[in-house]
Amino acid sequence: MCSRTLRRKGRKITLPAGLDKGMKERKMGRRFIWLFFLFWPMVLNGCQQQKGGFTIAGSTSVQPFAEMLSEEYMAQHAQDKIFIQGGGSSAGVQAVRTDAAQVGMSSRNLTPAEQDLIAVPIAYDAIVIIVHPKNPIRNLTREEIRGVFSGRIRNWSEIGGRSHPITLVSREEGSGTREAFQHLIMGKEEISLRALVQDSNGAIRQVIADDPNAIGYISLGLVNDRVNALPIDGVEPSVENIKNKRYQFIRPFLFIFKHEPQESEKKFLSYILSIEGQKILVHEGLVSVASISTPPTGILK
Amino acid sequence: MSKEKFIEKILLFIALSSIAILGLIAFFIFVEGVPLIWKVGLQKFLLGDRWFPSQGSFGVLPMIMGSFLVTLGALIVGVPLGVSCAVFLCELTPPTFGLIIRPMIQLLAAIPSVIFGFWGLIVLVPLIRENLGGPGLSVLAGSLVLGLMILPTIISISEDALRALPRTFKEGALSLGATHWQTIWRVLLPAARSGIVASIILGMGRAIGETMAMIMILGNAVQTPLSILDSARTLTTNIGIEMGYATGDHRQALFATGVILFFIIMGLNSLALIVSRRRGP
Repeated sequence: MCSRTLRRKGRKITLPAGLDKGMKERKMGRRFIWLFFLFWPMVLNGCQQQKGGFTIAGSTSVQPFAEMLSEEYMAQHAQDKIFIQGGGSSAGVQAVRTDAAQVGMSSRNLTPAEQDLIAVPIAYDAIVIIVHPKNPIRNLTREEIRGVFSGRIRNWSEIGGRSHPITLVSREEGSGTREAFQHLIMGKEEISLRALVQDSNGAIRQVIADDPNAIGYISLGLVNDRVNALPIDGVEPSVENIKNKRYQFIRPFLFIFKHEPQESEKKFLSYILSIEGQKILVHEGLVSVASISTPPTGILK
Repeated sequence: MSKEKFIEKILLFIALSSIAILGLIAFFIFVEGVPLIWKVGLQKFLLGDRWFPSQGSFGVLPMIMGSFLVTLGALIVGVPLGVSCAVFLCELTPPTFGLIIRPMIQLLAAIPSVIFGFWGLIVLVPLIRENLGGPGLSVLAGSLVLGLMILPTIISISEDALRALPRTFKEGALSLGATHWQTIWRVLLPAARSGIVASIILGMGRAIGETMAMIMILGNAVQTPLSILDSARTLTTNIGIEMGYATGDHRQALFATGVILFFIIMGLNSLALIVSRRRGP
């Protein structure tokens, strides 16, 4: 009810305070109308945010690293504005195609249909299999991993562990990490639908750290001492082994361009590929471009 | 135009715009979702049990079953607790005590679902994993948390229904020699039945719609759970967990999941309206 005391018909009705003060009311009303107009500049402002800067969009695996780099970069170059959005690798490619973003991020190689775009690796990331530190398993073959994640192997005892059902933990459909795991390790085999699904690398790590019978996959950079990263076919997942190409489950982090990058984009890219930029990425657990392939300096000319 | 008329028009406009927003959202969900259902085929979409959107398999049966089972579990937990609490507040507690308890129940409704989820993840999930087995992230954990989350809805609406009963019902029963308990069980509860059922249906709507807490504690496996210790995925968590990367058909499939949800929620709310309008005997 609008008034303070409004009772049933014919009894007691108290009018809301201030109804008789017409002037005051009208002023109040006008103030609210002005509020509406106040919103418009905000909406219009939102559309113009790309002026004087550029947008990077795509893989959410690359996004946190791009954000970190752009913060560092903007601290040094205050005049350049970089806007970073997620969306996934495919969305990144799409955004570059439609000019919604000037730079795309992808955590997978370009498909044959996407070869018309320019891809520049900025770092490499490894996919590792993690288990609980108390899990006695110390090595898995690629075949065993396939068996486990496809659901054919359901008990740890089948691959030399304790007799206990395996808890599978995977990423959701569409995630770049899942795509990389599927492509690099599973091949044609499907990841079992019985697998638990978590929506970030961190969430997977949390589940594995809590459950002694769980197994999952995350980026090498996110492994900590609460989980144990397993060697695959006897090869330890270390930066050393990635560099000498013994550990092969790696994926590129790419920046994607439709045309030759503009001046401001070029400057940012050369910052990332510089010793300073690469050092930040290595510090975050990625593998530098130089240790895998020759840095793509051509595009910076 | 008089000032009175002007204000009426403005209020009408504002009221209509909120309905228009509802209409727009529904329109958008249908425009995005229905073409995919059409493409896949309604039967395949509703009854398929394989969900590999990147490979073109769109079956949401496991999610429908997940929503159904988790909601059922939540009702098994929440309804006895909620209705007894409403009876207690209405009939058995001294008024002063009720004054303390009622705000606490309202507080329960004000706790953000992410807090419920976090609590479930940190407290319930390890308990279940260590004592009952399985991954812990399970239908059981989800049902327990959801049961707590729907309590405020069930308690407050059931209590209102009980309080709305004419005083003569109770007086009549007592004067015929019925004990207090007999009065509650045989007279008051049956008389307030429609309100209590409405509270349960609204609680169901809340349970089906809950997303954040369920993403955190259900485990989100795309399977029809065969035991309460199995992981499950509901329709809402399917959208919540995959929307980040979904493009093309995958994105449309998530909207199509929304279409299914839309029909379920519409059905439940209409049912609640029908039930609550029909007065008990």
